[in-house]
Order: sequence, then structure tokens, then C-alpha cells
Amino acid sequence: MAILSIENLSKIYDHKIHALNNIFLSINKGEVFALLGPNGAGKTTLINIICGLTNKTTGTITVNGYDTVDQCRQTRKLISLVPQELHLDPFITVAQTCIDARGFFGKKYNEKLLTDILKQLSLWDKRDEKVQKLSGGMKRRVLIAKALMNEPQILFLDEPTAGVDVELRTSMWNLVRKLKEKGTTIILTTHYIEEAEEMADTIGIINDGHITTVAPKEDLMKELGSKELIITLMTKIQKIPDALHTYALSLSEDGYEITYEYKKTTSTSITAILSSLKNEGLKVCDIETKESSLEEIFVDLISNPKNLISHS
Amino acid sequence: MNWIGLYTIYRKEMNRTFAIPLQTVLSPVITTALYFIVFGAAIGSQITQISGVTYMQFIVPGLIMMALLTNSLSASSSGIYFPKFIGTIYEILSAPLSHLEIILGYTLAATTRALIIGSLIYIVALLFTPIPIMHPVYAFFFAFLTAFTFALFGLIIGIWSDTFEKLSLFPALIITPLAFLGGVFYPISILPPLWQTLSLINPVVYMISGLRWSFFGTTDINPQISLTLIIVFLLLCVGTLFMIFRTGYKIRD
Ligand SMILES: Nc1ncnc2c1ncn2[C@@H]1O[C@H](COP(=O)(O)OP(=O)(O)OP(=O)(O)O)[C@@H](O)[C@H]1O
Ligand SMILES: [Mg+2]
Repeated sequence: MAILSIENLSKIYDHKIHALNNIFLSINKGEVFALLGPNGAGKTTLINIICGLTNKTTGTITVNGYDTVDQCRQTRKLISLVPQELHLDPFITVAQTCIDARGFFGKKYNEKLLTDILKQLSLWDKRDEKVQKLSGGMKRRVLIAKALMNEPQILFLDEPTAGVDVELRTSMWNLVRKLKEKGTTIILTTHYIEEAEEMADTIGIINDGHITTVAPKEDLMKELGSKELIITLMTKIQKIPDALHTYALSLSEDGYEITYEYKKTTSTSITAILSSLKNEGLKVCDIETKESSLEEIFVDLISNPKNLISHS
Repeated sequence: MNWIGLYTIYRKEMNRTFAIPLQTVLSPVITTALYFIVFGAAIGSQITQISGVTYMQFIVPGLIMMALLTNSLSASSSGIYFPKFIGTIYEILSAPLSHLEIILGYTLAATTRALIIGSLIYIVALLFTPIPIMHPVYAFFFAFLTAFTFALFGLIIGIWSDTFEKLSLFPALIITPLAFLGGVFYPISILPPLWQTLSLINPVVYMISGLRWSFFGTTDINPQISLTLIIVFLLLCVGTLFMIFRTGYKIRD
């Protein structure tokens, strides 16, 4: 069931900047959705409109069936946001800012929850420190802690791991997994493809204010992900033997490596190629396969619009 | 109503007041006390009684009002400007808080701060001269309504300001002159006719006059007219604020 549904959403800033164009998007309950796109694509704008920080120009958004403008009280109760920038009051303590975050949502102080969240994000020792004394990565954690204090059903993470060390990044991933187990819907933006690959169920690609692709991560990988088979020969050859011309093969400059590129979905000709090589009397010294990462798929999608697959 | 949310805004603002009490409370009290000494004790001793009270007594309600309105305005304008400036406004805008709750949270906190300052000034004034309050309930009403109205006005200024300069522009260019020309140091009736008429478009005149009537039972403007006009000004501010929040002017892009 769709917990978030966006119809024909557009945003024009100052009558001229078209930040979002006719966005349609539907996100299911419990899903982890990664929104990928280059700088200025409109990711933050989209999130801010859903959260009530930015006014939309046209379109409708519903969260759990409620309209985000007319019934914003109901929708905002369900949503927490971790903003892209480190927006924190420097003069209050970590614990206080977390308590306030829950208070604004109209929820009673809950000591156990506060303790759990601060411990989970390794902020327990810092609870009485003023926010201004924390490092950037710790501030990022405070923002996450504040968002969790509202026990949201939908959590928006706008580049949660920008400027964060490897350790925190992995603990972030674990946190997302735990929240997902509890049924929280998570929508994140990121520039790190590995992050989307690691966490997301569904990937949306946004470019220049248009959502160009929405697909389950596996499908995206399968449909566009190609694999390479690299065969290293014992002796070098001048050209690919005629018998192998039916396959799309390429030969490296030094004449030792034959590369075969294939889609993961199509039935492959690996066995045929290997037996042809044997028939030609060529001895194979090594075989290696390479899989394209989401990053390569992503670059491909942005630069070759004709490859776009659209699921809406 | 999201009472906890409203209270959270209020408490956060009050904590801000009490985190720096020297700047937020003590300094306005001391400044006003200097007026007592200079205008009340020193110069005032040379001035005859005005409608049955000494000059020292005469200026107390006006000085209290002046402190109330300037401090209420600066408390609420900085209260909303600061989170806008550092970006933490996002947590208020994305929370399930109605416009009314946000407005009340900030303005009631600013009003409380102003009333604390006003009460302290009254206590300090008592050290110089006895000041009876003839109608204490009305005095509270006039003080509260004035502080609240200027808290609303301050919120408008805080939202409208996108630089520190603009934030201090209004108090310096408009509020301080209005307060000084609002009859703190003289009864409006001693002005030449043209200036008397001009004074009547200054809302501060009614606020000071109303409080002075509550204190001494006499004044040059009918207290009912004062009360009515204060409420009109208050409603104007409320209307403007709701329009600002509805359209998202300077808050939501
Ligand atoms: N407040 C604003 N006023 C005017 N234009 C804006 C405003 N905020 C964003 N924009 C413009 O809208 C477009 C989308 O910006 P947005 O911040 O949504 O991009 P993004 O995908 O989040 O980028 P990034 O990856 O850099 O965070 C950009 O062209 C940006 O310049
Ligand atoms: Mg962004």
C-alpha cells in the first residue's frame, strides 16, 4: 500500500527556476527508497515540499491518505526529517535539543526513548554538551537523534552520510536496517551509489527536476547492469579468430585479453566461446568477471536518456 | 491544540531569556532606572506637579510601557529571526504545529519576558518614590495587551528581516521615536494643537495613557478609547501574521 503518493507535482522558484516538473511518485509502506541525482536535480526541494518547508507550485501530495497541505497536522505527525544542512541550535545541550524535537511534535517526554536513541547513536556521553562543541559528524548524529525522537512512520534522510566517516556510515546503514525491520518507511537521498546499493529497495533517479526512473534496485541492476568476462590468454594473438566473430568480443592492445560483454538477463554464450577458443588451440591462462556498479548504471542513465526505463 | 508543542516553543524561549539574564532582563531595568534618576529625581524636582502627581511619579507608567513594548518586540523578533538565520526553523515548520500555536508560543514568551521587566522596573521605581496603583486589574490588562501587541509586531519584523540590519532598523527608526513621542515625559495636552493631533495617530500614546489612568485615575485620553485602539492595533497585527503564515512569506519558499 502506498504511504506516500505524489501527483503531478511542480515547483517553480521565483517565477523562473523550474526545480521540479510534473513529478509522479508513489512509495510503499515499509519501503526504503533512495533518490539519486546530480547536484541541483531537485532532491531537497522535493523532500522539503513533502515536509512542509517549501510551498509547492502545483500538484497534490498525500501521506497515509491525508493531504500534506489541507491536513498537514495529520501528515506531519508521521514524518521526521534529517535535513541536508547541519541546522542545529548551538547554545543548547544535545539532550535538550532532542527533548525539544519531541515536544514540538506534541509528544510527552520519554526518558527511556531519549536514553535509547542517544546510546544507539553514541551520543550518550555527549548528552550534556552544548551542540556547538560537537564535531560535524556528531552534529549529523544529533540531527538523526532528533528525527528519531518523534518515532516517525516516514523518515526522510537528506544526504545522511555527507561528511561522515566510514564507521558512522556503516552504523547509519545498520540503523536504517533496524528501522526498516520496525516498518518505518525511509526515503533518502545520496550521492554515494554504494549506499543506495546497500540499503535501498527501490531507486528513483531524478535529473533536472524530472523523475526519469523508478525501479526496484534488483531490476535496475539486472536490466541495465552488464557483466564482463575477461579471458587472459597464454600467448598473444593478432586478431580475434574468425570462428569467434559471432560473439561481440574485443581484444586488448597487447593481444593477451579478450573481453566479452553481456547482460545478466540474456542467456550467455560463455561455454560456446570457451570451447571455440579451445578448438582454435588457444590456451586460457585466467578468467575474470566484472559487474557494473549502480554508479556506472547511474552515469549511463543520466548521459544516455534513451536507455531510460520508466515505471510509473 | 498541540499544547505540548506550544509549551515547548514557550519554554525554549524562556530558557533563552534566563540563559542570559544580564542582557535580557537586567540591562533594560538598569537603563530605565537611569531615566528615573536623571529625569525623575534630578530634573523632575524642578517641575511642578502634573494632574496631582509629582513628575517622578508621572513618568513611571510611561517608562514601564516603553520598556514593555521595546523588550517585547525585541524578544519576539529575535526569537523568530534566530532560528530562521541558523536554519533550525525547519523543526518548527515541519512539526504538527498550527500557525496559531507557533504565534502564541513566541508571543506569550516575549510577553512574559516584558512583564517581568515591567514589574522589576515598578519595584525599582518604588525605591525612589511611592507609586500607588488605583486600578491594578486594568493596569495589568493595559500592560499585558501592550506587551502582547508588540510581541506580535515583533514577530512580523523578525519574519520580514533577512539581515541583522533590518532586524534593528525597525526598533531604532520607528519604535524608539514612537515611544519617546508617545507621552512618556509629558502629557499630550501641553503640546501645540498640530502636534497634539499628530500624536493621536501614534498607538503608543494610548498605551501609555491607559496605564497612566490605571495608576493615577486621571489622564488626557478616555481609557475606553485607549483600550479600543490597542485592541484594534493588536487585531491588525494578528491579521498580518496569519496572512504571512498562510502565504509562507519569507518563511517557506
Ligand atoms: N530557495 C531557493 N530559491 C531559489 N532557487 C532554489 C532554492 N532552493 C533550491 N533552488 C534551486 O532549485 C534547484 C533544485 O535544488 P535542490 O536543492 O532541490 O537540489 P538537490 O537535488 O537537493 O541538490 P544537491 O544534491 O546539491 O543537494 C536548483 O536549481 C536550485 O538552485
Ligand atoms: Mg539537496
